[in-house]
Amino acid sequence: MADEQYIFKPEAKRKLFMLLGVGILLFVIGVFMAMNSGGHEEGGHGALEAGKNLVASTEVVAAAEEGEAGEHHGSPVWLKKIYASLWHNNIFFAGLGIIGLFFVAIQYAAQAGWSAPIKRVPLALGQWIPIAGVLTLVIWFVAKGDLFHWTHHDLYVKDTAGYDKILDQKSVYFFWPLPAGGFPLFYILRMVVFFGLWYWFYTMIKKHMMTEDIEGGTQHWYSARKLSAIFLVIFAVSSSVSAWDWVMSIDPHWFSTMFGWYVFASWWVAGLATITLVVAYLKDAGYLKMVNQNHLHDLGKFVFAFSIFWTYIWFSQFMLIYYANIPEETVYFIERIKHAPYSWIFYVNLILNFVMPFLLLMTRDAKRHMSMLKVVCPIVIVGHWLDFYNMVTPGVMQYDGGLGLLEIGVALIFGSLFLFVGLNALSKMPLVAKNHPMMEESLNHHI
Amino acid sequence: MSSTSEKFLVGIFDDEDILLHGVDGIREKGVKIHEVYTPFPVHGLDEALGYKRSRLPIAAFMFGLTGTILALVMQIWMLGFDWPMIIGGKNFVSLPPFIPVTFELTVLLSALGMVATFMIVSDMKPYKWPRTYDIRSTDDKHVMAIDLAANKLSKEEISRILKDNGASEVNEKNF
Repeated sequence: MADEQYIFKPEAKRKLFMLLGVGILLFVIGVFMAMNSGGHEEGGHGALEAGKNLVASTEVVAAAEEGEAGEHHGSPVWLKKIYASLWHNNIFFAGLGIIGLFFVAIQYAAQAGWSAPIKRVPLALGQWIPIAGVLTLVIWFVAKGDLFHWTHHDLYVKDTAGYDKILDQKSVYFFWPLPAGGFPLFYILRMVVFFGLWYWFYTMIKKHMMTEDIEGGTQHWYSARKLSAIFLVIFAVSSSVSAWDWVMSIDPHWFSTMFGWYVFASWWVAGLATITLVVAYLKDAGYLKMVNQNHLHDLGKFVFAFSIFWTYIWFSQFMLIYYANIPEETVYFIERIKHAPYSWIFYVNLILNFVMPFLLLMTRDAKRHMSMLKVVCPIVIVGHWLDFYNMVTPGVMQYDGGLGLLEIGVALIFGSLFLFVGLNALSKMPLVAKNHPMMEESLNHHI
Repeated sequence: MSSTSEKFLVGIFDDEDILLHGVDGIREKGVKIHEVYTPFPVHGLDEALGYKRSRLPIAAFMFGLTGTILALVMQIWMLGFDWPMIIGGKNFVSLPPFIPVTFELTVLLSALGMVATFMIVSDMKPYKWPRTYDIRSTDDKHVMAIDLAANKLSKEEISRILKDNGASEVNEKNF
């Protein structure tokens, strides 16, 4: 078969830089608007006012649960907005990068043959992992006071007005072995170790894939499989723990045993949609000639199946909390169902991430044609971006949140950088594995 | 049983590769193949025989949709109108608790409906005894049945075409 090499053309780079420029422009306009409006300019404000009376009692509960009654954090609303948006996009795109590695690892562990020609795409997306690690640490240290209520020192001082017994009981999880309220050593250690491990596995698996191109044989495939299996075990734990650390601890009083799975499911299906979309665009640009409808069908099935999986996890989390109706748990959903813009995102989330992929990708033909995949995959990606928005923003912004130019601008900045890093990594390696032991099987793949 | 006997030519193939190529060759000669029976699934045989894709998924979707609607109507009518009960302080008609039942009925009707449709379409009625063209199709031989009434060519010609295309033996079978 012909060797293929992806060339990251200047036109493609220019398009991404334009996207970045538009993102920065929107971001600046958004910040300017937020600064001048004092944080109460968002659409749906009237609805919020109307809703406040209806749910006054729950709001009091919510405020008490959040430990925020009458207390306001230092930063102005516009700055909190920037922090919330940065953290939301950082977690979302970090997930897409990690899913790149996870996808490759799954293929090795399952000894999958069909995916041999497309494995370089997720591998290239994994190049975002170290950048995501640095960004996560930097944003965390800059914005911790506004993003994470539990970092405040006065919550852990006994016999004072600010003392929070619930958080004090959970403090070991953040601060061990140091005293509560100080530097969260255990938490930061987990963050560093997880990104370190993910990146180590990424470089090792990538090294074996690259050496296989040159040396051939099956020993590199076996080594990569072994590494992948170990990585999957570690990822099973670290994906859940990072979901609790980075997303669930924004609402520190609230907890859900489904949350680790929920974040993983959202990452996974958004990552699958990204991989499918990149493969489709590479094919459009004349690359990946050996990828045919059968491979697209498999990718389409992945997106379809895991959209349903995500819905299953979403429902399992929502249903139990809805039915048990315990105030400390329902407060999470009341915050998200009764207040704009979270309320419309809450329902749009279900339409974009379940109804649309379920109905549009149901037939065999839809999964086998790029035209339909190119419609559904962006829907799923945007849908899960909104899903993460609703996980992060309400806990940080309370009722000051909004979805406007600022948020879209940050998303475009992150998206263009993510694609730039991914495509740049893709152009540095052969687009298709040269000596993959299962390439022949994949070329004859037929379903 | 109809009184007029149906005459079939039965070609026996030893190997699935020979069979697959044979099917192409035989169809090129204009012979209509009634059916091919194999001891295991042969990949690509459906395409070689020119079968259209099954429309069973459409039936499955319709049955599933029936199940969804049936489940929702049933629960809304029962718990909302016929015998309203307060459960857990929820509204009489509240969607989330209805979803698990709706899901189950969707899957149940979809599955049962699909099996029933498949049985009817494949002519596998309970009282119907299957025709055995050659008992070795359950062991190690691929068996091709050709309905002589559906073909214009003579028995001898078809027999020769089968032999030319890899059949190890050709028998006659009347029902």
